[in-house]
Amino acid sequence: MHVSRDFSHYVRAAGEGVQHIDLAVEGVHCAGCMAKIERGLSAIPDVTLARVNLTDRRVALEWKAGTLDPGRFIDRLEELGYKAYPYETESAEATEVAESRFLLRCLGVAAFATMNVMMLSIPVWSGNVSDMLPEQRDFFHWLSALIALPAAAYAGQPFFRSAWRALSNKTTNMDVPISIGVILALGMSVVETIHHAEHAYFDAAIMLLTFLLVGRFLDQNMRRRTRAVAGNLAALKAETAAKFVGPDEISQVPVAAIHPGDIVLLRPGERCAVDGTVIEGRSEIDQSLITGETLYVTAGQGTPVYAGSMNISGTLRVRVSAASEATLLAEITRLLDNALQARSRYMRLADRASRLYAPVVHATALITILGWVIAGASWHDAIVTGVAVLIITCPCALGLAIPTVQTIASGAMFKSGVLLNSGDAIERLAEADHVIFDKTGTLTLPDLEVTNAGDIPADIFDLAGRLALSSHHPVAAAVAQAAGAKSPVMGAIEEAGQGVRATLDGVDIRLGRPSFCGAEALVSGADLDPEASIVAFSKGTEKFILSVRQGLRPDARAVIAALKARNIGIEILSGDREPAVKAAAHVLGIPEWRAGVTPADKIARIEELKQRGAKVLMVGDGMNDAPSLAAAHVSMSPISAAHLSQATADLVFLGRPLAPVVAAIDASRKALHLMRQNLWLAIGYNVLAVPVAISGVVTPLIAAAAMSGSSILVMLNSLRARNRAREIV
Amino acid sequence: MEILVILVPLALMLGGAGLAAFLWSLRSGQYDDLDGAAWRAIADDEPQPQEVPVKR
Repeated sequence: MHVSRDFSHYVRAAGEGVQHIDLAVEGVHCAGCMAKIERGLSAIPDVTLARVNLTDRRVALEWKAGTLDPGRFIDRLEELGYKAYPYETESAEATEVAESRFLLRCLGVAAFATMNVMMLSIPVWSGNVSDMLPEQRDFFHWLSALIALPAAAYAGQPFFRSAWRALSNKTTNMDVPISIGVILALGMSVVETIHHAEHAYFDAAIMLLTFLLVGRFLDQNMRRRTRAVAGNLAALKAETAAKFVGPDEISQVPVAAIHPGDIVLLRPGERCAVDGTVIEGRSEIDQSLITGETLYVTAGQGTPVYAGSMNISGTLRVRVSAASEATLLAEITRLLDNALQARSRYMRLADRASRLYAPVVHATALITILGWVIAGASWHDAIVTGVAVLIITCPCALGLAIPTVQTIASGAMFKSGVLLNSGDAIERLAEADHVIFDKTGTLTLPDLEVTNAGDIPADIFDLAGRLALSSHHPVAAAVAQAAGAKSPVMGAIEEAGQGVRATLDGVDIRLGRPSFCGAEALVSGADLDPEASIVAFSKGTEKFILSVRQGLRPDARAVIAALKARNIGIEILSGDREPAVKAAAHVLGIPEWRAGVTPADKIARIEELKQRGAKVLMVGDGMNDAPSLAAAHVSMSPISAAHLSQATADLVFLGRPLAPVVAAIDASRKALHLMRQNLWLAIGYNVLAVPVAISGVVTPLIAAAAMSGSSILVMLNSLRARNRAREIV
Repeated sequence: MEILVILVPLALMLGGAGLAAFLWSLRSGQYDDLDGAAWRAIADDEPQPQEVPVKR
């Protein structure tokens, strides 16, 4: 059968006669790699652009249309020692990039305006105490207005829009007091300038916007970066399927290019990338990623298969169906939709703070105005003082208090292997006091391992590993990996559904079912792990059995202990059978567990805990966990999780260890502590500054100094989130 | 004080030129890969000069 690779889905036209492709590349980390890749790819004739992006670990390539096959670039990169995968920008990432650029543009405009307005303000401040003519002062104020008004109108957009959205939904958020403060400060300054007054606050208003935009941009940039990493990881998984393009011809195409009704080939050892129905062939399939059940299911004609199932023994032809046709999936989707709808909109700390803050500040300003009028001041002076109160209390530090901590904390989490999917995940994770773990794929590793390797002579185990290289069976792959085998045994023959055999130095060696190797006696006599798959290995008359099963994550026990030490409740909710769950719970020392739980039951359990006031962190990977991930207060998934779960979870962790779960909880608790501290710092500063403002002696100079002082203080405090968290265990 | 007639427009022009340069650098993608740019500056030898697609 002819197999070809088809990348046309990823290629797009870039101008006249030029084609463009983006590749995600593994292992690029320095200038050397960058130069090597760029030189290596530019050397291919007709390549017009080869540029590495070191931040996002990607390569952009352009070539003269029709001259080259994109597969060649991937081969060339492989020769250079890098694994590359075609990459498609998700719409979510494109939005983040556009947003990030827009914020940077706003920040640029605001920063340049601030510098120029300051240049005009400082002569006015110093002139007020020396010999500046009122005409000169007015001239400088008008110039400031000329710069500040258009700049604020442009750079203030992110705040004005968000405030408008909140107000039209009849709520408030942090941006409402910010917008009111900026608009009033600018409006009052224009009126004051018309009346030739001594003080104008153009500098304060535009500086406020600059500081706040710094916070917004940092926050956005972190989110953009996380998206890029998540996008690369999706591309590195290389989700492709072998699609029939002719009766006897298959092409390896990206999943995105497969449509319902297409027929794909599923070979042993492959993970299914689509949902569909088997139309030909018989095999055992591992659906643990879908249901949590570790026992294999027999698949024949008419059996539905889901994306994420692993094909074990035979070759299957699968007709792709639209997602909603599959019954299990439809049920999960329905539960997920319900859970997402029921998810109470979490009120972010910043919004909760501003909901308390805005009325207090606005009431203070109003009382100040009335107070001064009653005390005999003119309406004009009273209003000027009232606006000064608003300017001095404008939540500059408050607006920075949370985004700066969030940026730094998410950077620290990123280093310990945790990616954030949602912005408020840090706050919610910090509150979690009860963890529900799924078993299969979360507490255990998704891949198989040999549990009794120590009982077998090393040379025999090596030989078994080498023989195993000739089989596609996942159990064989686990044996080969455990033995660290590199060179396959020559002339090995795989007998479908039985095992592999070969002849080495005249001796018959076999690996496979116990019956295939004549080792039934050994199996029936031994006390075996009921959860494990048993394979036999025979060399001549010597016979051995290997026990292969999903192992616990290497540090699972330590992580559970660490969680207990933090006084966090732990339980297991698994879709797997009772003996398997019981064994895992026993090893890990988790007294509370439930087996054979359906997705609906999991949600019911979470609701029950919620009723009792617990904040539940759900950690799961299977598709059956997706609804409960959405229902929980906060949720986490390993990177090996099913698509649906990964997209639903608030956080995603990388790698084999479970430690990132504890690291993330620690980092988020520390971050929440710092956020609260920052809010108190901001409030404390206001408590000091407001009496000064009410008394009416605030000058623009005092406002500017107080604003930058408090902002810098808050930023410095946020930097403390960088300190390495204490060891988890 | 007549000097202001020259100095103020000059200062505003300089500020405007700085902003224009920043916006240009942003548009031409110079902030897309900050890590890479840091390394490119100290790379020993430049990658092969690339053919720039001719605009018509």
